[in-house]
Amino acid sequence: MTTNQLMFAIFAAVIIIFSILTVTSRRILRAATFLLFVLVATGGMYFLLRFNFLAAIQLTLYAGGIVVLIIFSILLTSHIGEKLEAPSVKKIIPAFIAAGFGAALCILTIVQHPFPQEVISSSERTDIRVIAKALISTEKFGYALPFEVISILLLAAMVGAIILAKKRKD
Amino acid sequence: MFEGVPLTWFLITGTIMFFVGIYGFLVRKNLITMLMSIELILNSVNINFVAFNKILYPGHLEGMFFTIFIIAVAAAEASVAIAIIINIYRRLVNIDVEKMNEMKY
Amino acid sequence: MIDFSYTVLILLIPLVVFVVVGLFGNRFKPIVSGLVGTTGLFIGWVLSIFTAYNYFFVSGKGAEGAFVKVLAFSMRWLNLTDKLHIDMGVLLDPISVMMLIVITTVSFMVHLYSIGYMAGEKGFSRFFATLSLFSFSMLGLVVATNIFQMYIFWELVGVSSYLLIGFYYTKDSAVAASKKAFIVTRFADLGFLIGILMLSYATGTFDFIKLTAPDSPALTSGQGVWFLGLSTMTWSMIFIFMGGAGKSAMFPLHIWLPDAMEGPTPVSALIHAATMVVAGVYLVARLFPIYHMNAVALDVVMYVGAFSSIFAAVVACTQYDIKRVLAYSTMSQIGMMMFALGVSGYGGEEGLGFMASMFHLFTHAFFKALLFLGAGAIIHAVHSNVMQDMGGLRKHMPITHATFLIACLAIAGIPPLSGFFSKDEILAAGHMKSMFLFIVELTVSGLTAFYMFRLYYNIFWGKNTHYHHTPHEAPLTMTLPLMILALGALFAGLVPFASLVTSDGMPFETHIELGVAIPAVLAGLIGITIATLMYRKETNVPERIFNTLGGFSKAAFNKFYIDEVYLFITKKILFNYVSRPVAWFDRHIVDGAMNGMAYVTNEASDRVKKLQSGQVQQYALVFVSGALLLALLFIYLWTN
Repeated sequence: MTTNQLMFAIFAAVIIIFSILTVTSRRILRAATFLLFVLVATGGMYFLLRFNFLAAIQLTLYAGGIVVLIIFSILLTSHIGEKLEAPSVKKIIPAFIAAGFGAALCILTIVQHPFPQEVISSSERTDIRVIAKALISTEKFGYALPFEVISILLLAAMVGAIILAKKRKD
Repeated sequence: MFEGVPLTWFLITGTIMFFVGIYGFLVRKNLITMLMSIELILNSVNINFVAFNKILYPGHLEGMFFTIFIIAVAAAEASVAIAIIINIYRRLVNIDVEKMNEMKY
Repeated sequence: MIDFSYTVLILLIPLVVFVVVGLFGNRFKPIVSGLVGTTGLFIGWVLSIFTAYNYFFVSGKGAEGAFVKVLAFSMRWLNLTDKLHIDMGVLLDPISVMMLIVITTVSFMVHLYSIGYMAGEKGFSRFFATLSLFSFSMLGLVVATNIFQMYIFWELVGVSSYLLIGFYYTKDSAVAASKKAFIVTRFADLGFLIGILMLSYATGTFDFIKLTAPDSPALTSGQGVWFLGLSTMTWSMIFIFMGGAGKSAMFPLHIWLPDAMEGPTPVSALIHAATMVVAGVYLVARLFPIYHMNAVALDVVMYVGAFSSIFAAVVACTQYDIKRVLAYSTMSQIGMMMFALGVSGYGGEEGLGFMASMFHLFTHAFFKALLFLGAGAIIHAVHSNVMQDMGGLRKHMPITHATFLIACLAIAGIPPLSGFFSKDEILAAGHMKSMFLFIVELTVSGLTAFYMFRLYYNIFWGKNTHYHHTPHEAPLTMTLPLMILALGALFAGLVPFASLVTSDGMPFETHIELGVAIPAVLAGLIGITIATLMYRKETNVPERIFNTLGGFSKAAFNKFYIDEVYLFITKKILFNYVSRPVAWFDRHIVDGAMNGMAYVTNEASDRVKKLQSGQVQQYALVFVSGALLLALLFIYLWTN
């Protein structure tokens, strides 16, 4: 077992275990914490694949931004010690069957699919300059348009969130 | 295969994460935990993107850029969703999804 | 050749007046609306006289000395196909020019008269607007270049008649009368429309010039036997005559005319005496060359005309409402015009009946309008329509009295007043055709003289009724038209009609046949004498005669129960055996099917709506399961 394989095994195990815990834990704040672990482990995956910039984004935005946002909203809407009531069996069984069936179907398909098997040793990291240029480039493999669209989307989301959460006067 | 780790492993990890997210979305009553399930689903897709990118098309960056954009969209979605949740909480004093059926038939 | 395109103005001016007064009438002072309307008609009158002068004396005659049809103006209005199109235009020929004179003259007089008569009435502007609309439609009708244009204006005339009969729309009887007039004439117009469609289907044209030309397609096509031994063309002419009979109040479609007297009296004078009701006569005259080739259709015209004239004359002798007497008198006179058309031949002296009919139409317009306007002045003074409330009015209303007397003498056919000449021609034409019908029409003239003088004596002589307030002579705006029309009634008979308006445009000579004229005058004089004896002084003679005749006079008084027959047919038969089953079918089968569909949909959705539970997670579950099933289907089951 190489180092990489070991690292992968650890990250994968963290992701799977903590994501299951996230969706089953009855204490909501704990669930948020488990989600944080999952997101960090996902960031580790990116590091493993040598996407350092992406991993940095993952850590700052997801782990640092969204999770904090979620925790704030939890604090606003529930008590810390509060235990959520367990979901009913009537809901669990069909959901479990659907999710299990889906997972089985997908894994079966993945395993059966003949992916190319040659070893690719591309351990080089992507230069941040290349990413920066591609983001504002209008050439082929340039992402100026989606970049602008995303910026507008973010602006709209920001304005929308403010309007929605604002206290109404009436 | 990437330095000893096959593509299939990444994909299986992503798949499990995805369906755990689906399960959470279908089962959890609290709106915020449903939101967290959605984050899980988005992340599993991200893992698939970067794994495909790195292992099948090592010279390209599309997968990574998609991941970046998905993260941005996730951030937007989370902020709006939380705004909505807070608004709902203000009106109904709880955020149980089963009680939100005002607009049924 | 003179350019006649300015004649469009005769039509357009009343239309403009209608729009202006109709839209802005409420903002004017009432008198302004009246003056605008009257001025418009005055311009039209002057233009019509100018046109008539130009047509008859300057440039109307063609190369052979006959008057030709002049297409003064024409535009394509509806382009249906290359061959089939509907035009709008102005067609000038002797009868349309003559009608222009009649309509604008009477309309102008009536406008002038109405300024006085309608003064202070509510809806004064509305009255003048509708009157202008009527004038426009009637003028459009007579100058129509094709039968479809005529039909359109024909209906417009019907609408304005409806609006004017129902002018006092708060009065139930007026509303009922306007509805009756509209429905009866509409029913007749259905026949007209069928006739138009058959005619145009057979000949492929709407155009009057083409239809009435010597090489008209109407003379050759559609001649095969079609139904009941008559040809298509004959049937289409009979159907078209049905429309004419409805508008002209011929038996048995006359029932609306007496009721139409609910409208203001000037309206009765204009529409229900002088212009609109002769539209049927005009229609037959317009298509006369075709009628002439279809003897059966022409016989229908003749018999309907003759019967209507005698029928209405008998009824008129028994009525007490002065406007109803005049209405039946109108019907009788129009019956005579129809009769004259029915007995007429085509071309030259053969066309004496045609000429007589048009002549009588012309003179009748003057003295009948005069009678109605006189009656209006009397009603204005006495505030009643009924003869019993009147009497001895000659001292109070000298001008009305004089003009009314002139009109009565004219309609009675006393020489040298206008009615004598035209009636004499009609009788001469009838004499050429059939002795029996000649005697019938002679009786009608006698009866006409009798009932007119019965009316006259009852109003102006007889008992000295005590009035609440002394009747006074009408104002100048009302007496001036009376005097002008009296001049027309006096002298219109001197117009040399035979050299102007003839069936084929060729002038011919007429002379008074003593064999016809003497019996006609005698009949009139006898009628007048009897009326004088019976009604000059108040006696009980009329009542005794009325009672002697018993059932007949009672039936005549009740208009021979025609209204009751109609009511029986509609209420008892149509309502019970047609409308009721149809209503049942509509309520239970048609509505039932609709309600059933609604019920089933409602029930079904009541069951199905539970699916929409409002539970987002249920929706998501269904969505995920569906997506997975599709994936399964496409990846494993539907390979290859």
